[in-house]
Amino acid sequence: MIFGIPIQAFAGQLLVGLINGSFYALLSLGLAIIFGLLRVINFAHGAQYMLGAFTGYLLLAALGIGYWPALILAPLIVGLFGIVVERLALSRLYEVDALYGLLFTFGLALVIEGVFRYYFGVSGNPYPVPSQLTGATNLGFMVLPIYRGWVVIASLIICLATWLLIEKTKFGSYLRAATENPKLVQAFGVNVPMLLTLTYGLGAGLAGLAGMLAAPVYQVSPLMGSNLIIVVFAVVVVGGMGSILGAIITGYMLGLAEGLTKVFYPEASNIVIFVIMAIVLLFRPAGLFGKDA
Amino acid sequence: MAETTTSPSSTPAAGRIETILIILAIAAMIALPYFIYPIFLMKMMCFALFACAFNLLLGYTGLLSFGHAAFFGGAAYFTAHAVKVWGLGPEIGILIGVFGAAVLGLVIGFFAIRRQGIYFAMITLALSQMFFFFCVQAEFTGGEDGIQGVPRGQLFGFIDLSNEHTMYYFVAVIFLVGLFCIWRIVNSPFGMILRSIRENENRAISLGYSVQYYKLAAFVMSAALAGLAGAAKALVFQFATLTDVAWQMSGEVILMTLLGGIGTLVGPAFGAGFVVALQNMLATSAFPVTIATGLIFMICVLIFRRGVVGEIYAWLDRRKTNEK
Amino acid sequence: MPEPATLLSVRDLNAWYGESHALHGVTLDIREGETVTLLGRNGVGKTTTLRAIMGLVRKRTGEISFQGKDLMRMPLHLTARAGIGYVPEERGIFATLTVDENLILPPVVAQGGMSVEEIFELFPNLKSRRNSPGEQQMLAIARILRTGVKVILLDEPTEGLAPVIVQRIGELLVELKTRGMTILLVEQNFRFASKVADRFYLMEHGKVLSQFAVGELESRMNELHEVLGV
Repeated sequence: MIFGIPIQAFAGQLLVGLINGSFYALLSLGLAIIFGLLRVINFAHGAQYMLGAFTGYLLLAALGIGYWPALILAPLIVGLFGIVVERLALSRLYEVDALYGLLFTFGLALVIEGVFRYYFGVSGNPYPVPSQLTGATNLGFMVLPIYRGWVVIASLIICLATWLLIEKTKFGSYLRAATENPKLVQAFGVNVPMLLTLTYGLGAGLAGLAGMLAAPVYQVSPLMGSNLIIVVFAVVVVGGMGSILGAIITGYMLGLAEGLTKVFYPEASNIVIFVIMAIVLLFRPAGLFGKDA
Repeated sequence: MAETTTSPSSTPAAGRIETILIILAIAAMIALPYFIYPIFLMKMMCFALFACAFNLLLGYTGLLSFGHAAFFGGAAYFTAHAVKVWGLGPEIGILIGVFGAAVLGLVIGFFAIRRQGIYFAMITLALSQMFFFFCVQAEFTGGEDGIQGVPRGQLFGFIDLSNEHTMYYFVAVIFLVGLFCIWRIVNSPFGMILRSIRENENRAISLGYSVQYYKLAAFVMSAALAGLAGAAKALVFQFATLTDVAWQMSGEVILMTLLGGIGTLVGPAFGAGFVVALQNMLATSAFPVTIATGLIFMICVLIFRRGVVGEIYAWLDRRKTNEK
Repeated sequence: MPEPATLLSVRDLNAWYGESHALHGVTLDIREGETVTLLGRNGVGKTTTLRAIMGLVRKRTGEISFQGKDLMRMPLHLTARAGIGYVPEERGIFATLTVDENLILPPVVAQGGMSVEEIFELFPNLKSRRNSPGEQQMLAIARILRTGVKVILLDEPTEGLAPVIVQRIGELLVELKTRGMTILLVEQNFRFASKVADRFYLMEHGKVLSQFAVGELESRMNELHEVLGV
């Protein structure tokens, strides 16, 4: 027993919190990357997450393509979709107020969700856990479903890989420099407009990858993104969008906070992140890792 | 958002045209319920007021709130509860709704104004979503069912509002009063300061204005007037549900304002009328409303940012400069 | 000896910042291997001229020809690829990048650029990876040298720097000249400029007032005092 609650229950909720936190981290990471360079809040991020999950579902249902190939294909397809959106529409909005970018991606999210709701309804479709990851192991203080453990590990790897890409590679240095001073980077001969396109594609692809990871955990439903995106916005306000690492850490932290709240005060579990956001706004408006105020 | 248009009512000729238009509009409002289904008209007026109230914040102060449904739907709940459960009269019920919305606006605004721009929008979204979850679970809202069977009651104790035409004129008065309030606010010294905050907040600060207080005041006013619209709506339809406080509703009012014309006084009203009519048309067709809404959003943002009324004003401005 | 070829030719260059008309028809020529200096007080359009040549201003008209290529039609990121390097007044060192990342950020656009080792030889102070204004200025120039461009637009390199560093920069520019670099320099400090430049253009109110070679500098002193207010 721990804090008057059976250890199994406690650890179980903490695991759920860690898993939710994995998705919060992955999605706020994508949002932070897109916002950093494009100065646009990608409201369609949740819809792109849903697209990733549905791509996996449809690849399996229509073409018999399983989880592992889908884990590569789904993000690529969603990323490509993102590139098209940026090229055709989003790039025209950089000159005007950033709020128009938010509104455009909001409209895009409505359309994507509307289309999928039209064809698939609102109920969830199950996606099978890949055979290599079924079952569970007994850790002593709790039983850990293997796929859930995989989700946590995979998301950590993806976050780390993304962080390395941005902080330690040449491409990442272009991104960081262009975030600071896009005109000067362009004056050096770097094709910054293409960089912006690729970055949006990268962000969308990350969302799609998260969706693919999520498919066997949550049901694949057209609504899975919109419920999530608002919470991710709150995560992003808490973390501040100044740093990639900040977005990742905040995502996991808030997921755990949500899990803990579910243990001790379940009625508040779906608003605790918003409450934390309000508190952070009182004492550190720029966010925990934010750089601008 | 610096891309707003101001009404060309600076010349006497334009002022005369505007006065004639207003008289025509009021005449039309008096006559319409005899030709068009009153409930439909009342719905339009409620959303028109909602959109105009929202635009006080967006078009004139430059703040995009993504959580205005909290005030609209919250007031609907407060009023519905006051009238149905506490048995109060409709006028008191509406006042309670407005007051509740103002308080909610004070709380949400207090947190939201600590950040600017995009962050402000996200905070309003998150906090109003928090209110949504609260409404899902709270007792007084009736949860998933909402509050049904709200009685319209007797206005001032003797005017029976269950008559559709009587209710229509009551709502029309509310709509005009609300619009008048907005007009007065916008054209007052307070409104001028709001506009200067929208144009260049740093300059306003350097001129010595306590910008945060002004923003909060504008937020509370906008919330209260949105609440007035929501309270009226609760009495018109005689129910209050979760739909009224959902984020989709917040998105809808943004669309109405964008479509009609951000920063014009009457644009949002037109946008609201258009969207309500469109939803009505689509309700009977197979075409999903969300897709239509989303498409209009995307198209407006890309190529129609001034909105219908904004484009008309811009066209009138061009004609005037061509005449010179 | 035959005259060196004209590398960069600017005719009737006008530029606007929004509504404000900043350049009113600038005309100048830069020949290969020359160091040309734009002189003038604050705000006359020297920096704007450099920015307009690069393509960093929103609206510009006129003719800019570089090695026969028309720069007016060129999108911003191709101007560097055509062979022009730019060191802005504010130096533009990226705070979120390390010194090494800053150094190799501008892509190599032509052959003949210096290698990183050669750069550290020429700029030994950079190895310390400190971040003083002097080192920033060195870094801003050094990273352009890696790219292989033959023409550098250099905006107020000595501004705000200690005399020791100013001297070092002067030596550096002379060294670059001997290596065949063509430099368009903006400087308010005309004593510094007189040590490195071959020709001068004197600017006022967004136009070129006069031009003269470094040999004529003494005889132009009165005019310079009047226009520059020194």
